[in-house]
Amino acid sequence: MAESQRVGEVIEASTTDFVAQCYELYQIPPLGSLVKTGDSAVELYAVVCNAATTSLEPGRRPIARGKDETSEEEIYRSSPQLMKLLKSEFGALVVGHKAGDKLYHHLPPQPAHIHSFVYQCTSAEVTEFGQSFDFLNILLNARLPVPAEELISASLRQMSQAHQDPRAFLVAAGKELAILLSGNLNQLKAILGRIRQ
Amino acid sequence: MNERLGIVVSGSLNKGVEVRLDSSASIEDMVVGRHVTIEGEKRRFFGMITDVSLGVIDQKLAVTPPDTTDPFITEVLAGTSTFGTIHVSPMLTIGGDATAILEGPQPVKTVPSHFSAVKLATQQDVELVFGTEDEKRFFIGNPLDMETKLCLNLEEFVKRSNGIFGKSGTGKTFLTRILLIGMLQKSQAVNLVFDMHNEYGWAGTREGGPPVKALKQLFQSSVAVFTLDEENSRHRGVSTDGVVRIGHDEIEPEDIVSLRQTLNLTEPAVEAVYQVHRKFGKNWLQNTLDLKDSEEGRELLKELNIHESTFQNLRRGLATIRRLPFTEANPPTNAVKAILEHLDRGTNVVLEFGRYRDITAYILVANMLSRRIYAQYQSRMEKATATAKDNLKPRPLVITIEEAHKFLNPEVASQTIFGTIAREMRKYNVTLLVIDQRPSGIDSEVMSQLGTKITCLMDNERDIDSVLAGASGRAELKSVLAKLAAKQQALIFGHAVPMPIAFQPREYGSAESYRDFAPKEGAGVEKDIEELWE
Repeated sequence: MAESQRVGEVIEASTTDFVAQCYELYQIPPLGSLVKTGDSAVELYAVVCNAATTSLEPGRRPIARGKDETSEEEIYRSSPQLMKLLKSEFGALVVGHKAGDKLYHHLPPQPAHIHSFVYQCTSAEVTEFGQSFDFLNILLNARLPVPAEELISASLRQMSQAHQDPRAFLVAAGKELAILLSGNLNQLKAILGRIRQ
Repeated sequence: MNERLGIVVSGSLNKGVEVRLDSSASIEDMVVGRHVTIEGEKRRFFGMITDVSLGVIDQKLAVTPPDTTDPFITEVLAGTSTFGTIHVSPMLTIGGDATAILEGPQPVKTVPSHFSAVKLATQQDVELVFGTEDEKRFFIGNPLDMETKLCLNLEEFVKRSNGIFGKSGTGKTFLTRILLIGMLQKSQAVNLVFDMHNEYGWAGTREGGPPVKALKQLFQSSVAVFTLDEENSRHRGVSTDGVVRIGHDEIEPEDIVSLRQTLNLTEPAVEAVYQVHRKFGKNWLQNTLDLKDSEEGRELLKELNIHESTFQNLRRGLATIRRLPFTEANPPTNAVKAILEHLDRGTNVVLEFGRYRDITAYILVANMLSRRIYAQYQSRMEKATATAKDNLKPRPLVITIEEAHKFLNPEVASQTIFGTIAREMRKYNVTLLVIDQRPSGIDSEVMSQLGTKITCLMDNERDIDSVLAGASGRAELKSVLAKLAAKQQALIFGHAVPMPIAFQPREYGSAESYRDFAPKEGAGVEKDIEELWE
């Protein structure tokens, strides 16, 4: 099993979600990807639902610097301090947890700890988590900064990559959504349109 | 093959249950008339698909259909947002405990619980319900879309009067032939067939093919062919066992009553028949026709209180009978006696009508013979009952009549012998096999007494209603009946089958089919049949 890649550290946590800061600027896990945090007793699984890169100090906005530069890379090369004055953060929605060997597709009893490390899940973990589609319900009902259909489709696309037969996985997920969204056909259509292959 | 089709989602005992199909089951594979089993909690149910419908979870989907050119979308929606439902009429239950298994399938008295799994019936299921081929059961065909042999308990079948219906060209005659062979092999009953179109005795016709062999060719020793038209039979190369001639003195007033419509007789004319019969006795027909238009004749009519026009009407009718070539003043043999002797020996009798296919001849002969045979049976049966000797009881007799609505229509059913036989059923060991294309013309009282009904396709609403009258689950059967193929498919329901079933009659007409029909025991017969193939 491949070693999980560490992507950041929790800086804000609640029962339903947490915010993590990336160690490297712009090294944000993709929207919808599955990340995990926590200790060996309880591991929290979360879906990346939002990301932002801002100035380190809230009051100081970056200014445009590239007027005399030829490319974007040049800007960072000529002002190396920028890498330290900016930060990348991402929000993740908790969709399940693992206590011992058992995987639960519902919220954990405790939120994540501040400064917990956040890891990108491996393919094996994603496949295991994708055995059940119960997490879709959490995604559908969460209050999110991005439209739910965007997040769900992004997350399903991400997860399907880890599966041997991405299409079969997406069809199965689509069927689950068709039942969950039986009263909201437009949203269903929007999601299906985004995950079709 | 025994995959889950879906689950029960709603329903009632009266109306049947709704089954929601799984997304893996294609709705296009579901056809009405197929059998399914439902695994309830405590028992298994055996039922028939009677309707197939499409459902959507949200009506908006029907109004704004999704992009169906994309197979992904179609696949996702199939079985979730859009789904198929089948309507199943549970017919029988097979209980889970030991006693229930011994008792066999029972009529259904409840419905399966919610979300019971529904599967297509397997070969074993059909065999469990309908039995396998044995000394009583005869292989009549295959259930629709199944390879299983559907067997009919002929012992049970011949205990009641039965009917075969279907519009012309749907295979009634082939079906009848198969059943006659079955009765000949598997039951104690003997058959008397009034063969109006010369289809059952020697050879039968087939649409767009060579003629097929009929009973006599296949079972030489146990079938006798009588004919009304010797010349025609000889022409067709039929070896007949006897010629039927009817003496004028053998015709009785009751025979005229059943011919009232065909002879176009008025009510008073029928009354007059009885009067002249009382007057002249046995030779009434001859004497009536010989009555001259003289003073003496008029005197006689006055004495009998018969009006002149009534008499003319009667005379015209009787003249029609006398013109029938097989009626004679003094026939050399007694046909009724000869036929009865054959029947007593256990030989099946087919009476061919040759060229005399008009309905007058058919009704007259069928009525006459049946009445006399029935009278014989009645007296013998009564004697056997009185002396409590079972061995005196005559062999069960099945009389096959075609164009039955002519004998059994509401106006004459109460008067003809066939109405009586149909109503009294097996009391005297005589039952009917009624073949008809217009069952709505048959008296409803007679229809209700028919034990087992086999029906091919029919379009006329009234015919369908009259055939299904009294059957449980009529509305469901109606949808099955209306969807039968135009040829070689039939629905059987009633006394001899545990539940209605649509089936495809077994093959008839090829060399193999004759070989399959051939009796297994008796090398002599087999040898005869071998020769016939060559």
